[in-house]
Amino acid sequence: MHRGDPRVKVLNLLVFLVTLATAHRDLLPIAGALGGLLCCAIVWSRLPLTGALGRAAVVLPFSLAFAGVCWIAGDPTRGIHLAVKSYLSALAVLLVVSTTPLPALLGGLEAMGAPRFLLMVAQFLYRYLFVISEEAQHMAKAAQSRGATAAGMMGRSARFRAAAGALAVLFARSYGRAAEIHRAMLARGFQGHIETLAALHFRRADLALVIAGSLGPVALRLAVERFS
Amino acid sequence: MQPLIEVRNLRYRYEDGTEALKGVDFRLDPGESVALLGANGSGKTTFAMHLNGLLGAEGGDGRGSVAVCGMPVEKRNLAAIRRKIGMVFQDSDSQLFMPTVLEDVAFGPLNLGLDPEAAAERARTALHRVGMDGAAARAPYHLSAGEKRRVAIAGILAMDPEILVLDEPTTFLDPPARRSLAELLHNLPQAKILVTHDISFARSICTRAVFFQNGAVAATGSIGDVVDQFGWGFTPAKNDSGR
Repeated sequence: MHRGDPRVKVLNLLVFLVTLATAHRDLLPIAGALGGLLCCAIVWSRLPLTGALGRAAVVLPFSLAFAGVCWIAGDPTRGIHLAVKSYLSALAVLLVVSTTPLPALLGGLEAMGAPRFLLMVAQFLYRYLFVISEEAQHMAKAAQSRGATAAGMMGRSARFRAAAGALAVLFARSYGRAAEIHRAMLARGFQGHIETLAALHFRRADLALVIAGSLGPVALRLAVERFS
Repeated sequence: MQPLIEVRNLRYRYEDGTEALKGVDFRLDPGESVALLGANGSGKTTFAMHLNGLLGAEGGDGRGSVAVCGMPVEKRNLAAIRRKIGMVFQDSDSQLFMPTVLEDVAFGPLNLGLDPEAAAERARTALHRVGMDGAAARAPYHLSAGEKRRVAIAGILAMDPEILVLDEPTTFLDPPARRSLAELLHNLPQAKILVTHDISFARSICTRAVFFQNGAVAATGSIGDVVDQFGWGFTPAKNDSGR
């Protein structure tokens, strides 16, 4: 799985997501079968299963909020479908991201026609998330070293003002950083397109992966719909 | 002898009205290493960014002439000029934007039109020159400040430039990393321009200093003379408390 062609993984992911998203009848057994398939793939990829299941839950606060709205609106089934589908989708994306180095994944997406500009944004976001979060931590430490505590702030409005100010500073710094990165890229001959070293190779094992990964979810769904 | 860089009466005003350069003349000859000294905001970095046309793309009002290896810094020459001048930025995090060290160092060679294999080979050679062979597969944000600086320099060396421009290269570096960077730069054959406040570092690399003041060149000469003239030699105050 780790050595697979990223284009194959992206294609398999798309098939999986469409198969899941378009399922309405018998969703829970289908979700169970597709979830089982994902768990097998995670174990086969030698990723920690419990860790992956836990990390995919990061989408639940968002999807559960919308599921709650559906529930209140009198459509609990739709709410359950929403939560289940979003969780399994996150798990599938996590599997692909965990088994594919980012440059290869972006190269695969580009080869499949994803907009180049969008991919460049994703790449920079990934790279500079750490830098920006480090800057945010430095700001928080600087505030704490001057005696700032959440409890010490007078009321909610003061806290809101402080957070808004910190966000504004962070935004300004990010903007400055972006300008400097652009200069650094120009200085090294950048002309609008990021070339990468990663070359894509489609091997025989990838053929097996694309067949199993594309047909597996569809076959599972058809089987569940037929026999339930 | 044709100078590597020749700047005549360079003036630049930022879009917000700040007049950063007020008629700068400068010359860099082959094999020379020059330190640009001066207080914060005196125009050193703005000047350095004019050398490969980085400020022209951002608006502002620039006048005067800059020529690199005989080519005027104009849009039609920018690609060729950026092959000649390698610029190392003050904050290495701004320069290292690819997911792995090898990818980052290969970024410049790939932009020069090399195929991926040749670019990777150049990147490995450059990493070897800066003593970072083992870091090729690492993510740049996992490196120490000194390592990041070395990788940033490797990214420039991989483009095989004739001139290196280094903006505050010793920022964030501890003394051992600074010493090792000085040794590395000393052994590189390229002509160098160092924008720095670090006088001892400048002494170890450069033979000449240019002192910037309020956007103009206030003095040029040997580092010792310039430092003495502007009182930039650091003499610690006598500490009596330890008696």
